[in-house]
Amino acid sequence: MIEIKNLHKQFGQTEVLKGIDLKIEEGNTVCIIGPSGSGKTTLLRCLNLLETPTKGTIKLGKFSLDFQDKKSVPKDKVIKFRQQTGMVFQGYNLFPHMTALENVMEGLVYVRKQDKEASRTKALQLLEKVGLSDRANHYPSQLSGGQQQRVGIARAMAMEPEVLLFDEPTSALDPELVGEVLKVMKELAKEGMTMVVVTHEMNFAREAADKVVFIDKGVIVEEGTPQQIFEHTGHERTLQFLNKLCS
Amino acid sequence: MFADERMDRIVDIIVNSFFPMLKAGVAFTVPLTLVSFFLGLLLALLTALARISGIKLLDAIARFYVWVVRGTPLLVQLFIIFYGLPSIGITISPLPAAIIGFTISVGAYNSEIIRAAILSISKGQWEAAYSIGMSYPQALKRIILPQATRVSVPPLANSFISLVKDTSLAATITVTEMFRVAQQITATTYEPLILYCLAGFIYLIFSTVLSNAQGQMEKRLDRYVTG
Repeated sequence: MIEIKNLHKQFGQTEVLKGIDLKIEEGNTVCIIGPSGSGKTTLLRCLNLLETPTKGTIKLGKFSLDFQDKKSVPKDKVIKFRQQTGMVFQGYNLFPHMTALENVMEGLVYVRKQDKEASRTKALQLLEKVGLSDRANHYPSQLSGGQQQRVGIARAMAMEPEVLLFDEPTSALDPELVGEVLKVMKELAKEGMTMVVVTHEMNFAREAADKVVFIDKGVIVEEGTPQQIFEHTGHERTLQFLNKLCS
Repeated sequence: MFADERMDRIVDIIVNSFFPMLKAGVAFTVPLTLVSFFLGLLLALLTALARISGIKLLDAIARFYVWVVRGTPLLVQLFIIFYGLPSIGITISPLPAAIIGFTISVGAYNSEIIRAAILSISKGQWEAAYSIGMSYPQALKRIILPQATRVSVPPLANSFISLVKDTSLAATITVTEMFRVAQQITATTYEPLILYCLAGFIYLIFSTVLSNAQGQMEKRLDRYVTG
């Protein structure tokens, strides 16, 4: 379970997150939606400490971190905390000098220090899971965007994280490649992976999410089941946002 | 008749000095270049890391070092090390003095190349490395430096070839490298044009071989970018 309390993030003078409270149950898929600049990506990046929150607490798995102004969290604690998460990036960010297989193995071999052969077996299983067994020895430059993103998912899964974080995983993809990535994500959701997904894919949110969170201007405006948000929202801002997407 | 004699003499001199010079090249120029370059690269990497460390003191030290070394002639630096330092009790023999001088120079120039190469790798690569649980040194070693290496090979090769030629400056601090040998033979034969051209020719051979090696290395490092 993830518990975020009163989370603030400030970049210089701009406050991007203004006190976020959010609970994410184990095995749930939570979709974060909202207009651009609303702070949804920043919130996601705070969850694995790619951004250090200015204030607030995050509880995840074995760790609970308390952030205070100008007090930095020790580096080894940051790494331990982060190792409970996996992240899938908008721009894939695969390691270009490694094959698909090596990308997935990298964390197992060099972070977890696991045996190379065992790591290879596990990485191959994961590539099969995302439908890319036949691309194991291809370099990222030889893969389509959709394939690269699926390798990205396998890479994140390899570390067996408590939670998978997705930062607009399909936004950089050609429309015809979006489906293959969403399909993999839906399967993971079904298998009970805990996932936090920042997305503009409302259909995915509607179908796969256990909870949808609408963020605007650094605060959570509303959260609920997809049905509550998409069909019965009582909030003017949510309605405006959804209407804009449909028009 | 006169022309023939002259021709014979020229051939004689070339034949008799080519091998001593090549030998000096292989015995001094090449090792001097290789050792200085690799020590210099280490120094350059440390300097580049100091520059991007975000630690103000390290950054300042690195900047100062690069500023001083780039702003003064290599010849002056060699003279300070070899002829200057003995007056404060530090005497270094010619070859080590040359290695120290070249290493310091290579370190300063190449630190900027390495720094630029590291900075050219997208932030997303660092983040991806961190996202699978890597520490800063791990990310640097496994993810960033391998990619930065590819970017930095052409400019580093440039600086390497410059160094091959700059080693001729070691002649001025009595290292018997190739150019010094050319000077010595000139002193006895009085044929500066022939011998200095010959020296230039041998430097040209060395740098051509090295350029080809660079091409090979680039090809190898480029294997993952060609789709």
